[in-house]
Amino acid sequence: MSDRRIPHWADVVLVPLTSVLLAFIISAIVIWAIGEDPWEATKLMVQGAFGSSYGWGYTLYYATNFIFTGLAVAVAFQAKLFNIGGEGQATMGGLGVAMVCLYLPWPHWSMALVAAAFGAALFGAAWAAIPGYLQVRRGSHIVITTIMFNFIAAALLNYLLVNVMRPAGSMDPASARFPPEVRLPRLHEILDVFGIPFSTATPANISFLVAVAACFVVWYMLWRTRLGYQIRAFGQSEPAAQYAGISPFRITMYVMLISGALAGMMAINNVMGEANRLLLNAVEGAGFIGIAVALMGRNHPFGVFLAAVLFGFLYQGGAELALWTTIPRELIVVIQALVILFTGALDNMVRMPIAALFARRRRS
Amino acid sequence: MDLIAVVQILDSTLRLATPLLFAALAGLISERAGVFDIGLEGKMLAAAFFSAAFAFTTGNVWLGLCAGIIASMFLSLIHGVASITFRGNQLISGVAINFLAAGLTVVIAQNWFRQGGRTPTLVGDARFPRLTLPGAEAVRDVPVLGPFYSVILSGHSILVYVGLLCVPLVWYGLFRTRFGLRLRAVGENPAAVDTAGISVVGMRYGAVMICGVLCGLAGAYLATGLSAGFVKDMTAGRGFIALAAMIFAKWRPWHALGAVLLFGLLEAIANRYQNIDLGFMVLPAQFMQALPYILTVVILAGFVGRAIPPRAGGEPYVKER
Repeated sequence: MSDRRIPHWADVVLVPLTSVLLAFIISAIVIWAIGEDPWEATKLMVQGAFGSSYGWGYTLYYATNFIFTGLAVAVAFQAKLFNIGGEGQATMGGLGVAMVCLYLPWPHWSMALVAAAFGAALFGAAWAAIPGYLQVRRGSHIVITTIMFNFIAAALLNYLLVNVMRPAGSMDPASARFPPEVRLPRLHEILDVFGIPFSTATPANISFLVAVAACFVVWYMLWRTRLGYQIRAFGQSEPAAQYAGISPFRITMYVMLISGALAGMMAINNVMGEANRLLLNAVEGAGFIGIAVALMGRNHPFGVFLAAVLFGFLYQGGAELALWTTIPRELIVVIQALVILFTGALDNMVRMPIAALFARRRRS
Repeated sequence: MDLIAVVQILDSTLRLATPLLFAALAGLISERAGVFDIGLEGKMLAAAFFSAAFAFTTGNVWLGLCAGIIASMFLSLIHGVASITFRGNQLISGVAINFLAAGLTVVIAQNWFRQGGRTPTLVGDARFPRLTLPGAEAVRDVPVLGPFYSVILSGHSILVYVGLLCVPLVWYGLFRTRFGLRLRAVGENPAAVDTAGISVVGMRYGAVMICGVLCGLAGAYLATGLSAGFVKDMTAGRGFIALAAMIFAKWRPWHALGAVLLFGLLEAIANRYQNIDLGFMVLPAQFMQALPYILTVVILAGFVGRAIPPRAGGEPYVKER
């Protein structure tokens, strides 16, 4: 097996980049097969996502969602737990945000933001804690339970919006609008303070900064604290960790609570920052994109940040593409699937030739 | 609730249970061989689209069925390559397949038909006709047995009966043949099977491909039997309900039939009644939709009889060197 070793830089940079490149090549073939020009499509996407401050605003808005859900999946992956329930946890987080914003009076947005983030984290963590508990104490597989909890969360939110939270006389299944006091400052208002002009029409808001801060906190937690060390040890080898006195129950619960809290906190961006009310299906698949983001980012907060911005670009670029060409938005779902396939499931296929290459270089 | 309503609900129960049945049996075979498959949903969706697309273009539903099965088997092959040959994470591969199907079906549908990611409505020979079982008209007026046979059992498309036939077939194949014994052994203790000189890789590929065929049938029934054409995301979580049914049945074929009939019944009731008044409380429709998932969590947690998956499930097999 010693021949299979590859340098660290190749492991964190070359392997993921090769995977993404493969995903993009196949996507380009798909675009070509449906009769569009892949090169033109790429130019259109880059132009749409990065060519104006309007594009940047949407790219960063989507990226904020993906940072939270990507960190959630990454933290769980560090402990070898596959939390596929980010979608449900973010849905429940939205419920937490809505309750904080609707049923409590707030004098200023900053206090509301802290409380809403706390509410979102609490609801998301609770929704992730049950599958975690069931795995360690009752032996049910966390992947299956978190999938089931996604569907249960969707049904619960549907019920609450239609029967409980919908304002009288309103037809669409959504909560009432939040009071104006809790409106979060948008990115253009923040940049205005520094005299930087930015598009006023985008939903990017202060949650982006919270997401960046969350990256630092998660990095510090994982690599600079005792708990983080235990989480990573547990993920490397459960028997070894147990032998060292690390309790599987404690680690699983902590990891799922942190993971669920991060997924839930996505709601301060989409529910509080953008929609200003709780909508049906507000998460829009961001919980699942977290899987792709975490895999691509190699479960490291910095990698997650980069991957989230890449997916933010794909989302905004994909929307532009759907607007100007015959390529539907679902192309992004295909790219997302290919990224998950190559960086996650076919990792060995990408890794083996690279490892062979390095082995040959070492020998010569 | 009168008798006619009961008969109608049971009639649609059988209809709604059929795609779940195919998919649950598909998952059962794959997982019995030690390959987890949460990509049932994606395979069904791909089969639904390709069966509808080919049935529409050729006007022949059987060609559509073949196209659906081939599409589903292609995704199974990807799953096999990722999780058997390259020993990747089976769960991640399943997730990728679900998204691949969700995205590609809409992209291709838009490109071929330009109707917003759906196929045109299927008519005539492009759909499976309803079969009338022999003697159904004759016994129609017999009390109890008459409506049961001539309304509930009779009058479905042929795939419903194929599905019902698959239950004893899968049971026999798994528990009464040499192939089935080996397949189950590969899921419990692959090293022992390898020692006996049987290819673990070959057995697992076999199981995964059979899973593809059955998912193809599920998707084809969905698009050409249950409805008349493909619409975006038409599986709507059925692959996961089938997964739930498989766990609920503890990976046993006959129990899977019971589980999908139960979940089909829940769906039929939820379709017919918005809210169910029990007298002391009202059950909302959303509760009925969530019930299969809640039941699965309960059964997985071992509160009502414990569900134990095949022992080597989810583990790639590495031959010792």
